Amino acid sequence: MGVLHNSMVMNEMAADQLSDVFGALADPTRRAILARLTAGDATVAELTAPSGVSQPAISRHLKVLERAGLVSRTRRATARLSHLEAEPLRAATAWLVTYREYWEESFERLDALLAAMQDEAPDRAPGDERSIP
Amino acid sequence: MTATEITAPAGVPFIDIRRDVEAPRDLVFRAFTDPALLVQWLGPRRYVMEIDRYEVRDGGGWRYIHRGADGAEYGFHGVFHGVPTPDAMVQTFEWEGAPGHISLDAISLEERDGRTTIHGHSVYQSVEDRDAMLENGMAQGVEEGYERLDELVGRLTPVA
Repeated sequence: MGVLHNSMVMNEMAADQLSDVFGALADPTRRAILARLTAGDATVAELTAPSGVSQPAISRHLKVLERAGLVSRTRRATARLSHLEAEPLRAATAWLVTYREYWEESFERLDALLAAMQDEAPDRAPGDERSIP
Repeated sequence: MTATEITAPAGVPFIDIRRDVEAPRDLVFRAFTDPALLVQWLGPRRYVMEIDRYEVRDGGGWRYIHRGADGAEYGFHGVFHGVPTPDAMVQTFEWEGAPGHISLDAISLEERDGRTTIHGHSVYQSVEDRDAMLENGMAQGVEEGYERLDELVGRLTPVA
């Protein structure tokens, strides 16, 4: 079930959303909000108090975080609670290291595999050894 | 070990990869087209690769998954165009995490003195798509945010 959930989150994790994630993280106030939410859900008022920023400004930041999928909002009685969504953060970290690392590691593994394949088939190896400088 | 060259020219939606390996090209071709071999090298070490299907023929479909230790899955799929040969392995490529952003990849293998140069040429639908694929396009300007992100993720408790 955990795997299914993760895979669904990944599938929903479009490149556009990743851009939104990084855009959302570029702002120190929004990072502070996320850091606060790691301690538990909070109301807008609770998020506003320590921030030194106005409540409407905090609400605007929350909208940005919500659009990036980093925060979800739930209603409890009359209060709207903000909740940290951890998966897009994990996905963003995993994705960021991808391209160069993906291929460099793949090719290193390919080197090892090709070496092993040639050890197994020595009859085909000594084809042309004339010009190693 | 040789260096992997990755080129992403400004203004055009291409990524070119170039890498030399110490093996004749028919062996390299086997490593690219035999799923039992492919599964042994493609992808970062920390992911386990599973191949769903790998139909090496004109119009053949392929799909594989890289699965992380935390259970996160990265699915990819596409279709081969033309009969894959060492001169041209042409396929569409789509990461299931960004559906609809499809690239056309062509890989060719060139042998010289018993070594093989792998050339990869990927064409994306836009420069934006290409840049999203590249770490640099994403990392630029968010380095600081990324460091904070690491801290933040480090402090998160695992999701049940």
